[in-house]
Amino acid sequence: MANIISDETIEYVGILAKLELSGEEKEAAKKDMGRMLDYIDQLGELDTEGVEPMSHVFAVQNVFREDAVTNGDMREELLKNAPAEKDGMFMVPRTFE
Amino acid sequence: MDLRKLTAVELAAKIKAKEVTVAQAAQAVFDCIGEREKLYHCYVTVDKEAVLRKAEEIQQKMDRGELDGPLAGVPVAVKDNLCTEGMRTTCSSKILENFIPAYSAEAVRNLEKAGMLMIGKTNMDEFAMGSTTETSAFGVTRNPWDAKRVPGGSSGGSAAAVAAEECFAALGSDTGGSIRQPASFCGVVGMKPTYGTVSRYGLIAYGSSLDQIGPVTKDVADCAALLEVLASHDEKDSTSVRREDTDFTSALAEDVKGMRIGIPRDYFGDGLDAEVKEAVRKAAGILGEKGAVVEEFDLSLVNYAIPAYYTIAAAEASSNLERFDGIKYGHRAKEYQGLHNMYKKSRSEGFGAEVKRRIMLGSFVLSSGYYDAYYLKALKVKALIKKAFDDAFAKYDLILGPVAPTTAPKLGESLADPMKMYLGDIYTISVNLAGLPAISLPCGKDGAGMPIGLQLIGDCFQEKALLRAAYTYEKARGNFGTPPMEEKTGKEAAALSLQEAGHQTCGGASANVGCVKCSTEMR
Repeated sequence: MANIISDETIEYVGILAKLELSGEEKEAAKKDMGRMLDYIDQLGELDTEGVEPMSHVFAVQNVFREDAVTNGDMREELLKNAPAEKDGMFMVPRTFE
Repeated sequence: MDLRKLTAVELAAKIKAKEVTVAQAAQAVFDCIGEREKLYHCYVTVDKEAVLRKAEEIQQKMDRGELDGPLAGVPVAVKDNLCTEGMRTTCSSKILENFIPAYSAEAVRNLEKAGMLMIGKTNMDEFAMGSTTETSAFGVTRNPWDAKRVPGGSSGGSAAAVAAEECFAALGSDTGGSIRQPASFCGVVGMKPTYGTVSRYGLIAYGSSLDQIGPVTKDVADCAALLEVLASHDEKDSTSVRREDTDFTSALAEDVKGMRIGIPRDYFGDGLDAEVKEAVRKAAGILGEKGAVVEEFDLSLVNYAIPAYYTIAAAEASSNLERFDGIKYGHRAKEYQGLHNMYKKSRSEGFGAEVKRRIMLGSFVLSSGYYDAYYLKALKVKALIKKAFDDAFAKYDLILGPVAPTTAPKLGESLADPMKMYLGDIYTISVNLAGLPAISLPCGKDGAGMPIGLQLIGDCFQEKALLRAAYTYEKARGNFGTPPMEEKTGKEAAALSLQEAGHQTCGGASANVGCVKCSTEMR
């Protein structure tokens, strides 16, 4: 395997991905990611000098509309899905000390 | 009259002629669900009472002349990554186990406007990440042609439901083949329209630049009719395209005279099953006999589509799935220390292995130091792939090939080696990278009796050419038939379902949350 994923890399990617992996999952992730990157590395065989990266297949532009409210008050419906709720608001752990 | 054997268009005509009521159509579907769902498990959620109420409502509107669309009254199933107001929408993930959307996806609204009757939400690979429907947190779906095999994925529930006559048509979504491949495995028709044709508003995103909603149906005429219902310009989706040519049913003619069809030699190389190869070549021969000009050519870059696709899809997935943080909806961990730990724990508990794998890969290829080497490189390769298709469509009206290298594998064979599973997407994913429309339709069976799919690919906005060629082939092919389900749905089937899958708690026509445990066993 050409790509060796270090413990540090997996830790770092775990922070970016907001995932807490178990020891077993980390080992599996190191192996999986190394294998996928080995595979993806074959893109390097292609000469892409001067090729513009294509994020969208059509020449789309930003779409603008009037900043007008069209939906009604859906507070009740939306809060129904909240894991925790208090006084009509989403409840979250203390964020600032 | 056996309603279940009718196509969606035929059923709609009978409802309109008052030979059949909407309630009778719904009952025909519920009879099939009652008989077969225990074995096949196509649905995650069905609310029978609500459906029967809705059937009555649609009937009254039709009687008053307020609804007269060509598919009014037809029972349709919806993949569980499309938001449905008031009905649970899970993406087959534990993280959205109890999520009830406050609004419906635009595609679902279009079904409602057309007077179609939504039966329920179909099973899928978790967040549409997978090719077998085995990564669902709510248990596997089985292939109606052989219950020991997968239905394909990620829209496996939709394809299996159409094949098992548990609905008359269904919606799927296709990011790398997720409509076409299960349609191929289940012997039904599936189409991925040109990017931007169907609004993605309310579709829970996987890879936004690749995702497209499309029909899964019994035949090509149903496919055209349902696509006509789905296609619309929508201001709520900034990538929605305003099209004038959405009268797709007008393309249903038996006429391919002079149509130029190219067969990429690169699609018939190593890895393609011999029986699949033969069936697809035979289908090409039939189109040739009907007057199409069929020839081989080199498409090039075919092998590079998979690494480019998995880089881009994983990158977009890692970004799109950041919203699942346990704050406003979805699963929240019971125990945690502070906000960030809550995010991490909630996500780690809520997501399955394949979803985590792709989020990790996506986060990596987007991270500083690797962004240019991986993500930007993949976007450049995407440009080259698009160019290869542009060159091909300068010479040909359509491209013809297989949908997948093999027919449906046995349950449990694919997940052990994800890399091998990814390689199975080789003929479908470049279509998503290039934003093209493509259709999958049955073109034969292998020695085990499993359906083989034919794929036709068109240039952007050329759905009508696709439908015309597909319709012509289908007429020449004749009736493909339905799975031999009668033999398999009795006591024997119940025993098979209980012993092999071990998911006793799921498979009912209602919520089956307890099956998380059983599906874990399957992996």
